[in-house]
Parts: sequence; structure tokens; C-alpha cells
Amino acid sequence: MRHDVTERQAAQAGTWHGTLHGVLKANAVRLFTYVPDRVLTPLIQGAHADPHFTTVAATREEEALGIVAGAWMGGMLGVLAMQTSGFATLPNALASLAVPYQIPLLMLISERGTLGEFNLGQAMVCRTMRPVLDALGVEHHTITRLDELTFIADRSIKQAVATQAPVALILSPLLTGGKVFG
Amino acid sequence: MDTQTSLHHANRKVMNRHDLTRRLVARLHREEAVIGGIGNTNFDLWMTGQRPQNFYMLGSMGLACPIALGVALAQPGRGVVALEGDGSLLMQLNCLATIGAIAPANLLVIVMDNACYQITGAQPTATAARADLVAIAQGAGIANSHWAADEAGFEQLVERCLAQPGPHLIAARIDSQPATGTTERDPALIRQRFMRGIAVTT
Ligand SMILES: Cc1ncc(C[n+]2csc(CCOP(=O)(O)OP(=O)(O)O)c2C)c(N)n1
Repeated sequence: MRHDVTERQAAQAGTWHGTLHGVLKANAVRLFTYVPDRVLTPLIQGAHADPHFTTVAATREEEALGIVAGAWMGGMLGVLAMQTSGFATLPNALASLAVPYQIPLLMLISERGTLGEFNLGQAMVCRTMRPVLDALGVEHHTITRLDELTFIADRSIKQAVATQAPVALILSPLLTGGKVFG
Repeated sequence: MDTQTSLHHANRKVMNRHDLTRRLVARLHREEAVIGGIGNTNFDLWMTGQRPQNFYMLGSMGLACPIALGVALAQPGRGVVALEGDGSLLMQLNCLATIGAIAPANLLVIVMDNACYQITGAQPTATAARADLVAIAQGAGIANSHWAADEAGFEQLVERCLAQPGPHLIAARIDSQPATGTTERDPALIRQRFMRGIAVTT
């Protein structure tokens, strides 16, 4: 089992998901919650395969937010991985729970709706994401390059914990390849 | 104790939220964490005395169970209780399926079912018609889900659920009285007290 994990990590070295996996571990993130997204699949698989993480497949992003908030208060730092459309379901839970209760909620958002989107609904919902984050005063960064990923993710997680505030890392198609039509 | 799910609401004993919450709190001897859901549920929890292990959710309707699940995952050695209203649970029924799938042994969900959204004007919820939250929870994979037949039955269920591996769910039919008071409203302070209460330092 351990051997498998090591091999998997070696195979993931140099990929965005392998790098992010390492950054999460290095920052003692132990809870990985998600609602699936195609682009996030290798990151999700990596979390499931690594016993370091308690990995929870949630049914709604709000639910996952609640789980991460509870786990943080119980002493376990967690991340919520989702798609742009999933983020769009979160404003009320952010505004009434994560932000006012000062929870360092780590959000990983796979960005759909831009740079070659083929679904009009995804394109529209994407336009709501940054205005919502800005309106709530939630720190966010869009990551486009592998060589900047470790710096941005590592510093953002540390800042979220130190300042007890949510943070959103938006994973651009420039980083992940995104989802293409067909 | 009443484990039948076939009884309709109209035929269940009507209890009271504040009274049942007091009975619950009196049975917490191991610093169990309690997550109170929006509105009346956490107000009546507050009015039973402000245990440091209580968390009061001032918004985020429907998230008492997910928050409790998170605490339960982080602290598997501590009993965790989610207190939720029927309207709130109906808003996030999906969380029962997640709890059923993960099956945390240290989690107890208690639903105060007044068959209405009392705090917003007592509009009827679906439990006033045909929805049965115990049947739903059982269907979601929480096999240990029961209706409390009366106050003594509620106490017995609580004691049994705290002593035996869960997850568990207890539902109680309650009257449509509002809560007996309200909480303080400082979210950061509530969180800090709760974290200290369950021995987490940041
Ligand atoms: C997302 C969301 N929708 C609606 C409301 C308004 N609201 C606040 S409490 C509540 C009713 C809660 O009902 P229930 O959980 O059954 O508790 P009760 O008031 O009956 O004790 C509603 C609809 C809200 N706060 N958030």
C-alpha cells in the first residue's frame, strides 16, 4: 500500500495535481472534501489513495463547507475542492458561517466557463465567482502557471490559517488544461 | 420507545423543544460537543446553560449536521450531537446520506420536528403532510434512527445512543412554541469558546 502511494507520488511529480497534493500535505491539511469535477479527477484520486487524508465525497458544496468548518473547529484543517458552478452555491454559507466565524476555509476551484467553454450556463456562472469573492472580502488567486503553484498555494494556506480567513485558489485552464468540447 | 415509522404525526406525542433540550444536556457527562441549528434550536440550547462544548449556528440554515460531522471526523474520541429543526434538515436532507455513507460512530443527530418553520411565521413543512424524517434517515443509511415516543423514551434513546456506536438519529415531535430566549450574536466569540471547550488551540 505504502509502496503504491510512493509510486503514485513519483508519477505525479511535475504535474499540477501532484504539486498541489504535496503542498496540502506540507501544510498539514488532513481533510479533503469535494464535489466532483472532471478536471479535478487526478487530485481527487490522489487524495483517496493517500491515507494521510480523510477524504469525504460530499453531496453539495455547502455541506462540504459545513464539514470543513466543523473539522477546523475540532482541530483538523481541511480543503474543499469543487467546480465553478459549485462555488456559485456557496455565498450564503460563506457569508453566514465561514467569514463571520473566521474559519480558514481552503477552497480549490476548478475554473469552468472561460478559455474555451462550450456550455453557456458555465460561462455565465463563472462571471459571478470573482464578484462574489470580492463582495465578501475573501482573498482569492487565480493560478495559471505550474511554476507559481507552490508559492501561491503554500503562502495562501499559511495566510488563511494565520489570519483565520477563507481563501479561494482558482485553478485556471491555463494550469490544468481545463475541459474541452467533445 | 417507538421505532415504528408508520405512525403519522397527528398520532405522536407532542413534546417541547426546551424541555427535551434540558433532558439531553443533563445526560451529557463526557464533554460531548453539541451543534445547535439555526434559530429556535440553538436558542433553546443556549437557554439550557452555556456549556463550552456548545456551538451556536447563527445562519447557514441546514448546516448543523455537516458541522457536527466535521467535528466528529476531527475528534473521533468525542461524542458529537447535532440539534436541528425539521425545516432545516429538509433543506439539506442530502447530509443524511453522507452521514450514512461515512458512518461516524460518535455522531448523534436530534431533530426537533414541529412540522413548521416556526421562526419565520410557522408555515407548514413537508413533515406536516407526509414526510417522515426517521424513515428518510433510515433510507439514507442511518439504521439507528428512531422516533421518541415520549419524554422518558427520549431520555432512554439519548442514553443508549451516547453509549453505543452510531451514527444515530432521534426525532421528536414538538409543539410550535418559540424558543425561551436568544443567544449572544458574536460569531467569532462563539467559535473561540467552542474551540477552547473542545480543547483546540489555534
Ligand atoms: C438559506 C435560508 N433560507 C431561509 C432562511 C430563513 N429562515 C430562517 S430560520 C427558518 C426556519 C427554520 O425552520 P426549522 O428548522 O424547522 O426551525 P423552527 O423555526 O421551526 O424551530 C427559515 C426559513 C434562512 N435563514 N436561510
